[in-house]
Amino acid sequence: MPRPRIFTSMDEAIADFPDNSSLMIPGFGPGQPINLMAALWRQGATGITSISNGVGFAAGAEELRGLGDLVMAGRVKKVIAAFTASTRPSRAGTAEELIRSGAVQAELAPQGTLAERIRAGGAGIPAFFTPAGVGTETAIGKEHRDFDGRTHVMEHALFADFAFIRAWKADTAGNLIYRRAARNFNPIMAMAARTTIVEVEQPIVEAGTLDPDQIHTPGIYVHRLIQIPEGGVLHVDRATARAILQVRYHDPVPEGQE
Amino acid sequence: MTEKQPLNRDQMAAVLAQRLADGSIVNLGIGIPTGVSNFLRPEQEIVLTSENGVIGYGRLAGAGEEDPDVVNASATQSVTLNPGAAIVHHADSFALIRRGLVDVTCLGAYEVAPDGSFANWKTTNEEWNNLGGIGGAMDLASCSKQIFLALEHTTRDGEPRLVKKCALPVTAPAGVTLVVTNIAVVVVRDGKFILEEHAPGYSAEEIQAVTGAPLEISPNFRQVSV
Repeated sequence: MPRPRIFTSMDEAIADFPDNSSLMIPGFGPGQPINLMAALWRQGATGITSISNGVGFAAGAEELRGLGDLVMAGRVKKVIAAFTASTRPSRAGTAEELIRSGAVQAELAPQGTLAERIRAGGAGIPAFFTPAGVGTETAIGKEHRDFDGRTHVMEHALFADFAFIRAWKADTAGNLIYRRAARNFNPIMAMAARTTIVEVEQPIVEAGTLDPDQIHTPGIYVHRLIQIPEGGVLHVDRATARAILQVRYHDPVPEGQE
Repeated sequence: MTEKQPLNRDQMAAVLAQRLADGSIVNLGIGIPTGVSNFLRPEQEIVLTSENGVIGYGRLAGAGEEDPDVVNASATQSVTLNPGAAIVHHADSFALIRRGLVDVTCLGAYEVAPDGSFANWKTTNEEWNNLGGIGGAMDLASCSKQIFLALEHTTRDGEPRLVKKCALPVTAPAGVTLVVTNIAVVVVRDGKFILEEHAPGYSAEEIQAVTGAPLEISPNFRQVSV
């Protein structure tokens, strides 16, 4: 297994992303590969199939362009998500009208089922049974089977051409550590793609520096690494929806609290 | 006659908090339920879990306390971590949910029926078209031991949200045991709505008048205490 290739430009890291590719996009608030997504926006790929928790909204700023923007620009063929529409009648979701009109295909899944489909994809399991969604519209047309007196529905694994990942720390072997709730879908998506590309908050350290017991994603799943450069986006301020930029490097945790 | 004082969202969250048994593992959904974390007392020893894999979080973070990487189910509200907190990834978070470790899930909803079914993922009853906002609600609803709901008693147009049968597509066909609204606290048991508490100034008759299914009045019918 060759070491992952380390990039210094987000645009170069995703330059060969072909049209009609499938893409895993993690994030639940924190943990989104914000800079790789903005690079994909600039790169121009179309016909994308996205796998993510939600479809999100179109961003106001260039550096925050994400899935919502790609959908609105007609560059997404299909979305697979736990939220394809707003739950507030007063605020329609980005993709709603495009999905309703058939311009964008959609596959709506319960969030735990979505997570397990991704985990299964990364674990070499083609399908599994879950009780979630039994007796609801999401289970219509799917195989049902009783186990221990309870009805379950069969769900299929998900695997993608690419995963864009946001990590806190990485080493040159590609080993990754996530921070707090920014972990969310990242570890399972990193395992469920042919090409896994990671943006890292902190400087990438030499292999052997990170404690093997503390690794969340082993480097054998990781193909490309890039530290978020100075001026790249670290977080989005929730009150103002403005980007919080990478200064030199970012270490929000005081010494001794890791 | 007491002046009518419907509960606000914080008071509804406080009522939910009162109803959680000590030592429970509890999941709080987006909306009114995420506010519950501010009304729990440490001696209740309740462990809050969130779909994003945060186990053991506490109250909402105050000014200057926010950590951009620590949020609850809303994905936008910063929360504090309690001593003993742990973080897992999304699949492991739902593993603990699916295995049945969650004692109570608190969710928002549009409709609830006496059979314990409820609807909260789609705002219209148009045919299945892969449009909706399910989030983790179906996994939680089908695997938690109990479901508590928090919702306004009626729609903006005054139509009841407590109904004989959900008109909207259901999130789960059963499982709701408690409904907290802005005017009432209703236990759901044996296919019946049992009215246990009322907001200040609301009589059982007035609550029944805006409820779409029969209410059985609890012998212990009383005013909420928040």
